[in-house]
Amino acid sequence: MLDSDVFHSFRRNPVVVVSAVVTAVFVLAALLAPWITPYHPYDLASLDLNDAFTPPAWTEDGSRRFLLGTDDQGRDVLSTIVFGARVSLLVGFCAVLFAMTVGITLGLVSGYVGGAVESVIMRVADVQLTFPGILIALLIDGLARTALPRDLHSEIALYVVIFAIGIANWPQFARTVRGSTLVEKSKEYVQAARVIGLHPGLIMLRHVLPNVMGPVLVIATLSLGFAILAEATLSFLGVGVPPTRPSLGTLIRVGNDFLFSGEWWMTIFPGAALIVLVLAVNLLGDWLRDALNPKLR
Amino acid sequence: MAEAPILEVKNLRVEFPTRRGTLVAVDDISFSIAPGEVLGVVGESGAGKSMTGAAVIGLIEPPGRIAGGSISLAGRRIDDLPYEEMRKVRGREIGAIFQDPLTSLNPLYTIGRQITETILTHLPVSPAEAQQRAIGLLREVGIPAAEKRIDHYPHQFSGGMRQRVVIALALAANPKLIIADEPTTALDVSIQAQIIALIKKLCCEHGAAVMLVTHDMGVIAETADRVAVMYAGRIAEIGPVRDVIKAARHPYTDGLMASIPKVGRTDARLAQIDGAMPRLNAIPRGCAFNPRCTKAFDRCRAERPEPMRVGNSDVACWLYDAGQGGTR
Amino acid sequence: MIAFVVQRLLQSVLVMLAVAFISFALFRYIGDPVLIMLGQDFTREQYEMLVRDLGLDQPFYVQFAKFVVSAVQGEFGISYRLARPVAQLIAERLPATLELSMMAALLALTIGVPMGVYTGLRRDSWLSRFFLTISLVGVSLPTFLIGILLILVFAVQLGVLPSFGRGDVVKFGSWSTGFLTTSGLKALVLPAVTLCLFQLTLIMRLVRSEMLEVLRTDYIKFARARGLQNRAVNFGHALKNTLVPVITITGLQIGGIIAFAIVTETVFQWPGMGLLFIQSVNNADVPVMAAYLLLVGFFFVVINLVVDLLYYVVDPRLRIDRGAASGH
Repeated sequence: MLDSDVFHSFRRNPVVVVSAVVTAVFVLAALLAPWITPYHPYDLASLDLNDAFTPPAWTEDGSRRFLLGTDDQGRDVLSTIVFGARVSLLVGFCAVLFAMTVGITLGLVSGYVGGAVESVIMRVADVQLTFPGILIALLIDGLARTALPRDLHSEIALYVVIFAIGIANWPQFARTVRGSTLVEKSKEYVQAARVIGLHPGLIMLRHVLPNVMGPVLVIATLSLGFAILAEATLSFLGVGVPPTRPSLGTLIRVGNDFLFSGEWWMTIFPGAALIVLVLAVNLLGDWLRDALNPKLR
Repeated sequence: MAEAPILEVKNLRVEFPTRRGTLVAVDDISFSIAPGEVLGVVGESGAGKSMTGAAVIGLIEPPGRIAGGSISLAGRRIDDLPYEEMRKVRGREIGAIFQDPLTSLNPLYTIGRQITETILTHLPVSPAEAQQRAIGLLREVGIPAAEKRIDHYPHQFSGGMRQRVVIALALAANPKLIIADEPTTALDVSIQAQIIALIKKLCCEHGAAVMLVTHDMGVIAETADRVAVMYAGRIAEIGPVRDVIKAARHPYTDGLMASIPKVGRTDARLAQIDGAMPRLNAIPRGCAFNPRCTKAFDRCRAERPEPMRVGNSDVACWLYDAGQGGTR
Repeated sequence: MIAFVVQRLLQSVLVMLAVAFISFALFRYIGDPVLIMLGQDFTREQYEMLVRDLGLDQPFYVQFAKFVVSAVQGEFGISYRLARPVAQLIAERLPATLELSMMAALLALTIGVPMGVYTGLRRDSWLSRFFLTISLVGVSLPTFLIGILLILVFAVQLGVLPSFGRGDVVKFGSWSTGFLTTSGLKALVLPAVTLCLFQLTLIMRLVRSEMLEVLRTDYIKFARARGLQNRAVNFGHALKNTLVPVITITGLQIGGIIAFAIVTETVFQWPGMGLLFIQSVNNADVPVMAAYLLLVGFFFVVINLVVDLLYYVVDPRLRIDRGAASGH
């Protein structure tokens, strides 16, 4: 699938190379957060309220100790951004994996089994696609928040968000996989497998999956951008990840309260980080779609 | 030829720049069509026959372009016209019939609207007159109850009927030349003959010449006055249809004829030409046909043959150089 | 036509019932409404009496039927948080959200569609490339950040526009509008721009890709071959065929506007339904959530119905093919 043509178009496109590098830097920084950040922002012992509201280092009142300034608790903004990206990416990746698993399974099942099962699954997917993903995630998250006891909820809030965003995303995977399954199903080797007594479903799985990996990869990349945005939006609205594990969206929400009093860096830097990350992922997804689909060029 | 030709193509060259170098789709071809004449253009897919038709109506898709030669319509050069001037030629002086009637018509407009729109674009008539003319055209192409059908949408017609509508559209402004690009390929076999006969009859009545692009030798034999055989972007042989069919000069034409089944001949198996037409990025030196030609000799592999007069035909083959027919 | 409308209406009713069911389940089974209504001190008799009064001892389907009937009459219960009828709360907030959403939808369409058409027709001009680059940034910008940045620039730095609220409103019966006062209009600018930007970029990109798709079709080539004027081909033939998918997408986008109104209203403290919903989520105010869910479901069903009917108007084939419209 990733043949030389795709690689060629990758190398010829500087914007895409930069996007890939930016994404890689974010992922690495997120993975290595505890070891590379100058401070551990959520270690209460290291916080000093006297450091609160320090502006970025290059401004008049800035301190060389805090490159991007500090927040209202005296936390180093740069460190909170790296830790925030860690949460954002974790939720994003897990949500996409979840959506992929659900979508591929339902797509395979509906394509292979057909009949009523297929029409029910695809009908649900159709109806769900008419609702914006962010609204569905918000509703599921809101319902879970109301339905679960408060302390239990804050414990599993992270999983609730992953579930909510994942559920909002499965239909696209399901549709693509179902389409390919239908194509494979009609091919002769599936009939042949039945004749010699092999389970055709098993064989199809091995033939369908490689065929849909390209489109699935494209959808997954574009979904990752959506998932990160959705998480940030939910957290900004105060219904996303728990405040004890702030993501980029949470940081922006907290910083937003201080926007009017002039402490802009608490909002702008996490915001910029979020935009750069999502833009890089979306550019990658866009390019991947065009590279794997020559018709659209 | 006694009359001045309606269409004269000289040394036409069409190129496609690609990432891996320039492809030459049509390579230095010349031919002409007399008023009212039907010229058949045959060849395998990729031989450049559709590209030639597209060049004549000035609708080669970018990045393709005419890289050399000239195209003249009734003595006036049209290949270098500005877009707006060429637009006035299209439809008015050159009509076109496309391959697939199912996709040639805009599904969202009634056929009447599409015909009157074409008439009003080109002719100084009132909308009411255009409507009358459209109904007349639909009758001419054999659509029953034309007054009623004119308000129908394309999806309400069968494939054969839609191709008749397309023919009516091509004739709407009484052009002098019709380019018919594989007009029957997408149709049922049972309808093909009707459509071909209709094109021939109407063009005769309207006095329009036809450039009939097809890969079907049978259609050519029935319809065309003259025929041009194309191979790898070049004209291998061009001449009166009887001569080319009965006494093909070029080895490629010969092979093409031998591969057509004939009624009443059950003895021999059909002949076939070994190999395949070269791709445009790998055209051999010399005569493009030489690797498949049973009669090729050294010169064929080194020098490209130019068309030579042999009897009533022009043949691009070294077999005829200074030999039987002499040079032109 | 009638069969089609009836079928669509039935489908809508089905979806609406499903939404009502979720809403009902939420209302009935999340938290104990009786406990919440009684407060801290109550006897067992009081509890059971209220259960009977509210009909909570009746079978499940009877309760659901009652829920549906009262919802149809606009009866959604009492807000736990504000201790006022939900219907009244929503009636107060509805105008604010509708005015904001309509303004945003209008902006997104009137700017997004022409930009999409332009970038589709002139795909290689520098302005098109510029629009495309901007749009990619646009789809990557979260709505709430756009709002925050606009507030930072226009409210905090420049101080020319208000950063929260609706400004002065004028009352017409139960409807309050901000369109008639200067402060109301000024207050609308930033939220409307914030809300429309994301949809605008999406609409532009979708119109562009549809336009490119249509321009590649045979009937567009055939329209050019008929010599129609560019204007007629691009805006008569191409744009009309682009409309079918664009209508679907626009329907979906209006849905998106309703969803993102929640975010925008939160950023700008806009006193609409979205803000009410977020506050009710944060305070477990179940009746408000249930009512909001129903109302949003209703909006979506109506939008989809309108979209389907518009299809019918635009496309004579009535080819309802959602897969083709959103499959890329």
